[in-house]
Amino acid sequence: MPAVMVADQVARTITRIAHEVVERHSTLEELALIGIRTRGVPIARRLSTVLHDITGTTVPTGVLDITLYRDDLMRHPVGPQPVLRKTEIDFSIDDLRILLVDDVLYTGRTVRAAFDALIDFGRPRAIELAVLVDRGHRELPIKADYVGKNLPTSLSQSVQVRLKEVEEFDEVVIADALDG
Amino acid sequence: MPSTVNPHRGVADVPKTPVSVAPGLLDEVPRLRTKDLLSIADLSADEILLILDTAEAMKEVGTRSIKKVPALRGRTVLNLFFEASTRTRTSFEVAQKRLSADTVNIAASGSSVAKGETLADTVLNLEAMAPDMIVVRHASAGAGHLVGRLCKARVINAGDGMHEHPTQALLDALTIRERKGKIAGLKVSIIGDLLHSRVLRSNVLLLRLLGADVCVCGPATMMLPGMSRLGVRVTNSIDEAVEGADVIMLLRIQLERMDGYFFPSRREYFRLFGMTPERLSRAETDAIIMHPGPLNRGVEIASEVADGPYSVILDQVANGVAVRMAVLYLLAGGVQ
Repeated sequence: MPAVMVADQVARTITRIAHEVVERHSTLEELALIGIRTRGVPIARRLSTVLHDITGTTVPTGVLDITLYRDDLMRHPVGPQPVLRKTEIDFSIDDLRILLVDDVLYTGRTVRAAFDALIDFGRPRAIELAVLVDRGHRELPIKADYVGKNLPTSLSQSVQVRLKEVEEFDEVVIADALDG
Repeated sequence: MPSTVNPHRGVADVPKTPVSVAPGLLDEVPRLRTKDLLSIADLSADEILLILDTAEAMKEVGTRSIKKVPALRGRTVLNLFFEASTRTRTSFEVAQKRLSADTVNIAASGSSVAKGETLADTVLNLEAMAPDMIVVRHASAGAGHLVGRLCKARVINAGDGMHEHPTQALLDALTIRERKGKIAGLKVSIIGDLLHSRVLRSNVLLLRLLGADVCVCGPATMMLPGMSRLGVRVTNSIDEAVEGADVIMLLRIQLERMDGYFFPSRREYFRLFGMTPERLSRAETDAIIMHPGPLNRGVEIASEVADGPYSVILDQVANGVAVRMAVLYLLAGGVQ
């Protein structure tokens, strides 16, 4: 299956999003990045690096695992529980502008869960959303503020983002779900 | 830490329908394979590591200002404690509340058990109220197994007589791993009343499974027959047990289970088997001291040791909540 984004494009896309973030925020002093596990985390870290390169400001970056906030946790009679991993937000999010970062925006349910989780941590001034890929098919009224690439897909397909921090190379591919 | 793959998030977002994984694939998904958690003997090393990894993530919830997550919202958990307990019962209840479960506490006194109802009848009546999970502590070995057979609810053994106390061994393992970074290859000495201790039984099974080098030590009257068959070193000399140990786990002298004369006096026990700073000096310089509580100060442990820098006794209590959250969360999933 052909890649819809290759390494170079992933890098340039993240750089572009960083510039859009700078364009929209007069100061980065009140900004914090929070990556949603798994692949939102390396994207958030890369964004933080680029933001530092552009502005010299170090933007605090946290890690959020939304597992305990999923809306389908208690709904399966069979099947194991999703694996839980650590949330690491070692700063107060009160009154900060939080930029949530994830790899793919799809139904919007992950982002909904992330909102609930964040509100348990404090009261941010605002929450924004950045995604590498928006593949459509929203089931909730959620929209990203920064989109790397809009990818029209069918429901039978899956969008796979591979990042070198996880898979040793950067790539975005569309696969038929049955292949995956 | 082993890398774990969240089956739901591999494909970029939460799938529309929950886990419809092909049967073959399910084998690779980390999960608990049993309906109930009754004994460490039922668990594989992978399952134990899954519980410990999940517990590590759960610890973070306890550090928040709002210490509550919605994971078990709408689930009913019965805490059925037929034996006295402060730590374990409170720990389970805190864990359940942090996961948003609805909890009901039942103690033997004040319940119809006091009127002579059998355990089986009590449990069948409670089962009729459709609880999702039941935590049981009972003075008889196998009580949890009986409850598990009678109920659709998931059952967690919180101590059954002199048999097992699996969540205690799991929280001990979490504490050891946190302090030492590993369990395999560590020299762990367990000292005290071996005969009556369910903590010992669960710990020996778990520590051996994860590859620790285990030594058990106690008075000759409180030895457990057949211990050496479990692959542990057995000794009556506390100095020999302490020598070079990385972890020293003390067991409580269980005055409530003493139906015979096991030692002449508490003072004599302390003189021969009590952990003192002098004895501790034979252990590794970074050894840790553990105790499942409640402490009998001046019997199995000197206060200087219990309150000293090597003691991780209160870490064990803190980790107990996280481990129980992990077990409750993991058991709430489906079984095949």
